[in-house]
Amino acid sequence: MTVPAIELKGISKSFGPVQANKDISISVAPGTIHGIIGENGAGKSTLMSILYGFYKADKGEIWINGAKTEIPDSQAAIAAGIGMVFQHFKLVENFTVLENIILGAEDGGLLKPSLAKARKTLKELATEYELNVDPDAVIEEIGVGMQQRVEILKALYRQADILILDEPTGVLTPAEADQLFRILHRLKDEGKTIILITHKLREIMEATDTVSVMRRGQMTATVKTSETNPQHLAELMVGRKVLLQVDKVPAKVGAPVLEIENLHVTDEKGVERVKGINLEVRAGEILGIAGVAGNGQSELLEVLGGMRPGTGSIRLNGSPLALSGAGSDARARRDQHIAHVPEDRQREGLIMDFHAWENVAFGYHHDPAYQSGIFMNNAALRADTERKIEKFDVRPADGWLAAKNFSGGNQQKIVVAREIERNPDLLLVGQPTRGVDIGAIEFIHQQIVALRDQGKAVLLVSVELEEIFSLSDRIAVMFDGHIMGERLPHETDEKELGLLMAGVDGKAA
Amino acid sequence: MERPLKMDKMPKWADVVLIPVISLILAAILSALVIVAIGEDPVEAVNLMVTGALGSTYGWGYTLYYATNFMFTGLAVAVAFHARMFNIGGEGQAMLGGLGVAMVCLYVPWPHWSLALLAACAGAMIFGAAWAAVPAYLQAKRGSHIVITTIMFNFIAAAVLNYMLVNVMRPQGSMDPASARFPEAVHLPTLHELLAPIGISFSKAAPANVTLLVAILACFVVWALIWRTRLGYEIRAYGHSETGALYAGISPVKITMIAMLISGALAGLMATNNVMGEAERLVLNSTEGAGFIGIAVALMGRSHPFGVFLAAILFGFLYQGGAELALWTSIPRELIVVIQALVILFTGALDNMVRMPLEKMFLAMRKGKA
Repeated sequence: MTVPAIELKGISKSFGPVQANKDISISVAPGTIHGIIGENGAGKSTLMSILYGFYKADKGEIWINGAKTEIPDSQAAIAAGIGMVFQHFKLVENFTVLENIILGAEDGGLLKPSLAKARKTLKELATEYELNVDPDAVIEEIGVGMQQRVEILKALYRQADILILDEPTGVLTPAEADQLFRILHRLKDEGKTIILITHKLREIMEATDTVSVMRRGQMTATVKTSETNPQHLAELMVGRKVLLQVDKVPAKVGAPVLEIENLHVTDEKGVERVKGINLEVRAGEILGIAGVAGNGQSELLEVLGGMRPGTGSIRLNGSPLALSGAGSDARARRDQHIAHVPEDRQREGLIMDFHAWENVAFGYHHDPAYQSGIFMNNAALRADTERKIEKFDVRPADGWLAAKNFSGGNQQKIVVAREIERNPDLLLVGQPTRGVDIGAIEFIHQQIVALRDQGKAVLLVSVELEEIFSLSDRIAVMFDGHIMGERLPHETDEKELGLLMAGVDGKAA
Repeated sequence: MERPLKMDKMPKWADVVLIPVISLILAAILSALVIVAIGEDPVEAVNLMVTGALGSTYGWGYTLYYATNFMFTGLAVAVAFHARMFNIGGEGQAMLGGLGVAMVCLYVPWPHWSLALLAACAGAMIFGAAWAAVPAYLQAKRGSHIVITTIMFNFIAAAVLNYMLVNVMRPQGSMDPASARFPEAVHLPTLHELLAPIGISFSKAAPANVTLLVAILACFVVWALIWRTRLGYEIRAYGHSETGALYAGISPVKITMIAMLISGALAGLMATNNVMGEAERLVLNSTEGAGFIGIAVALMGRSHPFGVFLAAILFGFLYQGGAELALWTSIPRELIVVIQALVILFTGALDNMVRMPLEKMFLAMRKGKA
């Protein structure tokens, strides 16, 4: 039997009262791709942070290539041949690829010899692993897929034999993700060991040889990928049976609720983010907007939600909406029965330090039902909160808890409850299940579909194609501020959408 | 990336009571060491401070007089803090408040002090708010940092006051850069005059006066405003998250302006105490740094009106006790400033130094129980 590349024995780690990792043992064979899957908060990232020397385990041992190894900091991890590619890249935006690669691994005080050496090594690595990047390109000018390659090259340049990737596909188009997986397979063939952390079942099934499932800080199972299936893995993750597909009846589509014509949006820096789009959302349907993050979807939602100005024309139920100046703010939008579940619940949708009951009024604090004379009617607010907590099964069912003390899924339930219970004509939803556990995803999806079945219009923005497919009645793809095309979910597939998301018109090609 | 579930790390009483008390003790220990180092007896010093500030109604009268100033300026800083703005301009706003009070008292004949006080409050608030309005506008519309602009406005205020006193308000023939004495009708009752009818004897010489009640009333009003009204809700929401405010339809420009106007008005109100209640005329440097002490008071009081109330009394004690100390010992006047600075340092700036170990301790205790 071969010596495992990594062996963790009985790793435990707690943060205060929270046990993030509990007696975790795992053995990764060299030259394999090992997936670690689990819901948000299951302890995946903590485990990898221990392996990379960010945290020190309370208990347990780390064995690398058969030798017990202490990893007190990331320098030690690098010395042990471990490289890490973070979810949020750690690159200096205005440095070139080459400068980023030698950053922290310079040979001496003078840069020139280091750069020359790195250039040579980079060329070798590029041919060996088919990792082509222009060494003189500036980071902020290359795409995210390319930036990720730079991160991988950075690890390889430091002679990593073990590569850890944390949620690597979050920012990639499907095509870029496929490319990443090809690179990973290539690395594996060359004898590298890869640990892939993700919460996406599909990636595990496509890319890995072995998969370990984590739930609530514990390792619940390690199985060969070829001997399992997504349904089974989902059950292992959540601990009960889950519906991966939303049950929904065909849409009964009515009159147009939202009509967007030639909408342009420019951001604070003067960059045009939405470049003249036309869209229509009808009563009783969910229009899904697919696209890689940063292609104008956020700005579209923000204009509709009254958070930033735009130009063009928008009509709601036939009457025009102001796009700038008076009557274009979020309060006016709410008065016009537009509800908004924002993309970032922690920075936008909730005030994290407010009690849950204060958050239930957020955005609707002008509602006369919440007023009593010159004061807020906090008693009425709390009663309303209790009702919503019960109806949406928010846990813990404690309205006095600060928003930050709820899990991601329960925070989102508070936002969704607040917005959907207003019975809006149009619901704007951005990334409804980002950082939300599978159990809550199921529930939130059901609520959105229920609103649509009541004949309301829903505009959904999501970077998760699976979510777009399972919720939408119609799909529009956004790329670089344009709508690349509209498709019906049953008439298209991930491949075609992926091309559109990358700016390639599938039909023209 | 997932992160471990955040918990409230400490019980609330520890946050509100324990941390300030420990910070104070640390400041006291360090002050004692300094006093020992210059060859004085720290026990004797504490004794003098306590008797001087709290041992007589005269001492209390001064302590409460200073505390009144600090309540106003502390509340001013606290309100701005709730909108996540650092109003360092309390000093200048209070100076301008003094100008407002002086104009109301000098140029209008008042039949009774109570009416004069109401009008003086209005004048102080309007002038204080107006002085805060320009930095607020620059922050809201142009993004000029409020810390920088309010500091600069302190200097401008001092210059304006100087000009007004020397060129406009100085009585003819006087060499003193000060306004004329206010008429007898606007004299505010001191605590002695207020308490005498109900049979409590209070020192005649102490300057504490009816504006103490105004300050306490202001604490209640600010509390109700911040935690019970829609405006307070919007101010707090904006203070926690600007993007959140945009999402909820709360106008950042509006909240920035309103919060700063309220803050400036509160700082201006201080003038009813020091100008109208004590000096009974407008002099140069009448604020004596109370605007800056307000920052420490707000920090120590956790921006809560009740906390501000308590912290203001503590700083009133330090001011009066310190003055006594300088009077009766060879401890130099400068050392009093050092002691006050240590208190500010520990309760304000070094808050985390006490907080972090305490949080760890409470976590460990909770874990022990679990």
